[in-house]
Amino acid sequence: MSERSKTGDGGIILTNAEDLMNWARLSSLWPMGFGLACCAIEMMATYAANYDLERFGIMPRPSPRQSDVMIVAGTVTFKMADRIRRLYEQMPEPRYVISMGSCSNCGGPYWEHGYHVVKGVDRIIPVDVYVPGCPPRPEALIGGFMKLQEKIRGKQEAVPGLFLEMEAADQKAVLS
Amino acid sequence: MTFQEITDIITSRFPEYSIQADTKNPQPALIVPPQGIATICQFLQQDERLYFDYLACITAIDNGVAADTMELIYNLTSIPYGVDIILKTIFSRNTSEGILPVVPTVSHIWRTADWHEREAFDLMGITFEGHPDLRRILLPEDWEGHPLRKDYDAQERYHGIYVRYADGKAAEPTNDPDRA
Repeated sequence: MSERSKTGDGGIILTNAEDLMNWARLSSLWPMGFGLACCAIEMMATYAANYDLERFGIMPRPSPRQSDVMIVAGTVTFKMADRIRRLYEQMPEPRYVISMGSCSNCGGPYWEHGYHVVKGVDRIIPVDVYVPGCPPRPEALIGGFMKLQEKIRGKQEAVPGLFLEMEAADQKAVLS
Repeated sequence: MTFQEITDIITSRFPEYSIQADTKNPQPALIVPPQGIATICQFLQQDERLYFDYLACITAIDNGVAADTMELIYNLTSIPYGVDIILKTIFSRNTSEGILPVVPTVSHIWRTADWHEREAFDLMGITFEGHPDLRRILLPEDWEGHPLRKDYDAQERYHGIYVRYADGKAAEPTNDPDRA
């Protein structure tokens, strides 16, 4: 038996909880698995073997309850707008939105004569990163994710308001 | 069977309607009055010499406010005889009371017509009399107006969202600590 020491054996890492949480968050960004139009085809290509988003810890989830990121990939119609808002509200905090492609950035080719298209998804939900292109190449979407990771890295997350409200209600119940 | 033979069969069967043959274009068409469309289609589908059992498409055209006409075009095929025919009906954009035009349905003859007519109603505002379920098919149910009509103006807002590009405002910037 060799006496060779193991990797990380007896090692110590000094960090703070904030940085650790941010690192964990940005290393496992789980997007909600949904697409709206042709941008979704590029998004699927980005998930697939050639571009392999999973090497960044990014894997699509089948439920908004399990998702951290919403990729709005495609044309947002007025009929879809209510559904997108509902899905966004169902995501747990902290939640992020990537607007992918010209349509969801600003209406794209439908900006003037498209009576049925929302002229930018930021009119219904707040957007963190805009990825330009029509549709954007997989590299551009990966670039968008890296931009989002940068954004999370330097962030100090506030406690969700809903959590504070529940805590206050609990204390009130204990006191009474 | 040639177009002329089909025309002769129909015109002799329906002398009460003024049916005209339009042969100016490479694809000849029969122009029929809108009130006769269901009766004529019923005959075309059931007559043993014709047997037009397949409705390929219903197209609606708005010729504009100046012309003040709309058109419906029915593309029919007789699969057993291998012949096609085009029926065209031209009517006013609005009825005399200023409401949207009404045309008899053919959805009881060909089930395909059900969704075609719903689409024409949704986008062009043509009401199909006798249709079993005339709802919008593409746009949300509470949408205002029929967008492919030439005099259509988009509504200002839909569920609080500005419809036009210039009027809209972006969502608030993400300074809210509750919005991560």
